[in-house]
Amino acid sequence: MTATYPQVLLKHRKPDRITTLVEYREAGGYEALRRVLTKMDRQEVKTRLADALLLGRGGAGFPAGIKVQTVAEDAPFPRYLVCNADEMEPGTFKDRVFLHAEPHMLIEGMTLAAYSIKASHGIIFIRPEYESAARILEREIGIARRDGLLGKNILESDYDFDIVVHRSGGRYICGEVTAQINALQGIRPNPKQPPPYATDKGLWGKPTLINNVETLACIPHIVKNGAQWFKELALTPEAAGTKLFCVSGRVNQPGCYELPLGIQLSEIIETCCGGMKDGATFKACLPGGASTGFLTVDHYHIAMDFDSLKKVGNRLGTGAIMVFDHHTCMVDVTVNLTEFFARESCGWCTPCREGFPFLLDLLRRIENGQGEVDFMPMMKTMCRHLWKSYCAFAPGGVASIESLLEHFEDEVMAHIEGKGCPFKK
Amino acid sequence: MLPETLKHELQEQIARVAHPREMAIDVINALQDHFGYFSDEAVTQAADLLGMSPLELDELATFYTFIYREPVGRHVIHVCDSLICWMENGENLVAHLCERLGIQVGETTADGLFTLLRVCCIGYCDRAPAILVDRKVHGPLTLASLDRLIDTLKERHS
Repeated sequence: MTATYPQVLLKHRKPDRITTLVEYREAGGYEALRRVLTKMDRQEVKTRLADALLLGRGGAGFPAGIKVQTVAEDAPFPRYLVCNADEMEPGTFKDRVFLHAEPHMLIEGMTLAAYSIKASHGIIFIRPEYESAARILEREIGIARRDGLLGKNILESDYDFDIVVHRSGGRYICGEVTAQINALQGIRPNPKQPPPYATDKGLWGKPTLINNVETLACIPHIVKNGAQWFKELALTPEAAGTKLFCVSGRVNQPGCYELPLGIQLSEIIETCCGGMKDGATFKACLPGGASTGFLTVDHYHIAMDFDSLKKVGNRLGTGAIMVFDHHTCMVDVTVNLTEFFARESCGWCTPCREGFPFLLDLLRRIENGQGEVDFMPMMKTMCRHLWKSYCAFAPGGVASIESLLEHFEDEVMAHIEGKGCPFKK
Repeated sequence: MLPETLKHELQEQIARVAHPREMAIDVINALQDHFGYFSDEAVTQAADLLGMSPLELDELATFYTFIYREPVGRHVIHVCDSLICWMENGENLVAHLCERLGIQVGETTADGLFTLLRVCCIGYCDRAPAILVDRKVHGPLTLASLDRLIDTLKERHS
């Protein structure tokens, strides 16, 4: 059903294999790179990215065009380009789907981004659960190198750039930029509070640009077709581009769908995903992974883009939509999410390390019928404390708790007053 | 003791990169594959190979999900217990595995074949409930297909 919308990143997706280098080139792949290396200067690439309003697809939604410009012209060498393929946000599997479809689109996007900042070293940081993707990438990087698309004198230009795959040992926090830089250097990956920023002093103290897989994959298309074309892909005027939405939970057809930004949530659920499972009623969803807040039925028709979600106090995050039906206990869901954050906290700073187990204890007691009315203000206060932690992990982690208390206070009260979970009766 | 061939192989790999410590996880994985887990002996060996202190290696080893500082079974089963797998009754898989293997989560079977662990979201929410066996994903699983998977693994060692 998604064929009615233009496909960009997953246009040539096949059910069981990648697009080979030959197929990718036949479809116009590496044309953007050739054009840039022969006809465009670096500044033009950067300007085009900024004009296209490409926002980071890894969760934070930071403008890629601005990030690329924070690498100073006179910054030292060597410079690094890191592709964040860690994708550990619960509910998110879009990069996995993409990497098993279009490895060369990523390689081309990385090379273009690297060229714009004069980076010579590319690194793909990938989670251990995606070993098959890591092997595909290593193989295809080798093939691209043999074809003169990576390595020395790319496409007979004077530009040198190569890519290596770095396997993580597996931990959620490694997706955070400063933690990832530590991980890449063989240092325990606790986040560090900037400054210095990675684009100033990142990997080995040198300028390092870190972008998500999907963000980098958009770059060849923006370079080839222009900023205006990219902006027109979206359905809302403020948004730009398509987005890989990965939908899971209580829908009939969970999966990864490439859709224009600004598409209505209801359309994603009803048209792409075949509606709610077992004829159930939509109750809420997490719009962009475990670090976003609950979106209730009041926003069932919301335009799924960065701005629209920000306006209702939420975030698009990674575009991982996790859907809940009217049988789902939102307290129980929040217990599960908080267990995740309590376990995955790196333990470096006190609010996060101590705060999540505290919140988890209160939530579990509410779910088990031992909750008290006082717990609600206690949780609200503790959530505010968690905003004082070093990195974005804890503010993201409390998003579900804060939105539970905001949107499902009645349900929480029903647990407390009924001394048990009303969904387990 | 580390076999000379493996040692040379790792030394060569380390020599090819600009900063030896960027290879830390790869070296740990290689030693873990050899020793079965990242033993005290392996910590010392890795430290020597990488020019790092054993403490630095331990800081890494105790941080990551897929590095084991204690002995594990021939097959490590990681059951995803994050939101979507949990909603799709992933807990039934845990209970079933505990019963079938006669162990609790975190334990290894007496025959040394299986270790059962929980893991956070593995990125296969479209195939929930899913588990990893030796880092390879299986899902969506029913109790019947889980049983068949365990049978196949057991047969391999009988």
